[in-house]
Amino acid sequence: MKIEVLGMGCANCNKLYRNALDAVKMSGKEIEVTKVEDIKKIMNYGVLSTPALVIDGVVKVAGKVPKAEDIREWIKQQGGNAA
Amino acid sequence: MLKDFADYVVYGLIGLKPEAHLGQALNFFIYDSIKIFILLSVIIFLVAIVRSHFPPERTRRILSHKREYIGNGLAGLLGIVTPFCSCSAVPLFIGFVESGVPLGVTFSFLVSSPMINEVALVLLLGLFGWRVALLYISTGLVVSVISGVAIGKLKMERFVQDYVYQTKVGNVEIARQNFREKIEYARDYTRDLLKRIWPYVLIGIGVGGFIHGYVPSDFLIKYAGPGNPFAVPVAVLIGVPLYSNAAGTIPIVQALMGKGLPIGTVLAFMMAVTALSFPEAVILKNVLKIRLLLIFFGIVAVAIVGVGYLFNAIL
Repeated sequence: MKIEVLGMGCANCNKLYRNALDAVKMSGKEIEVTKVEDIKKIMNYGVLSTPALVIDGVVKVAGKVPKAEDIREWIKQQGGNAA
Repeated sequence: MLKDFADYVVYGLIGLKPEAHLGQALNFFIYDSIKIFILLSVIIFLVAIVRSHFPPERTRRILSHKREYIGNGLAGLLGIVTPFCSCSAVPLFIGFVESGVPLGVTFSFLVSSPMINEVALVLLLGLFGWRVALLYISTGLVVSVISGVAIGKLKMERFVQDYVYQTKVGNVEIARQNFREKIEYARDYTRDLLKRIWPYVLIGIGVGGFIHGYVPSDFLIKYAGPGNPFAVPVAVLIGVPLYSNAAGTIPIVQALMGKGLPIGTVLAFMMAVTALSFPEAVILKNVLKIRLLLIFFGIVAVAIVGVGYLFNAIL
């Protein structure tokens, strides 16, 4: 699994990045969380508002900061699908 | 009922005399604070519900290939309800332009979005009455339309950074929220926003109640009062590089109005602070060549100055 945080480095992007890290810690899994700050790559995902959260290439949320608990739920669902 | 509560707290609990200046000021402060925070909570919540129906992806679809004037007006209106944060300005700009939203229409949106919003509306309504609130919203729209139409007419497309038109924007279907999620989103949004702006709001109300009458106003009136024809452009020039959201400008707006500055000068200052700023210029530099950036700031500033003079003339 791969989690990406899209955003050009604003305060909300950093908040989302921290929430994603917390969610990964809560899930107890080894998941890589990366920041995507290059605008061209961000646009490839088709989002118009940042920050956005992408799990395994799927845009989960754009334009707001989800709570760590919400992200953990998504990780769980995604993990279930893969298994 | 609110009045009774404020009376009870100040004259009953604290025991101040209703005739005393301090008692009146404190009474006014408590009454106004409660009133404005109730208004803010209700309106922000309602607007957040409306907003959840207009994600930027949908706004883009509505504005795509719209003609000038109609498109600019629509963009200005949508700018009021579409969620916007300056950190989204770049992806939004690229997404709009790439999907066929005319450049001028995109700029109308970029002007109105940060400048006109529910917080500005409530605060102006609560502190200065509906006339000022309505004037701010309607002239804010006028500024956004004029600026957008002007940039559209100037055919500025070649001064957009080259990569913008080459960027491929992916297609994405972001999960739609159901009703319960929308309510939850609106609740969280209201709470977060109030948490962020409450100090400014309290200071703004406090400035109106306490500082009024204590600070000598001759100095400001002499240099920025109705007698000085250059007060409006000077206020705008001071406001442009500064950055704040609408709530943050309210203490200053309160103080300036309290000192008797003309309303056009003060509202022009507020518009300049919220619509244009140095950090926004840095962000927009990513998508605009320096020439268009300067033209954009110039046109918006001139439109705001015009609105300021208009207010001062008619009110």
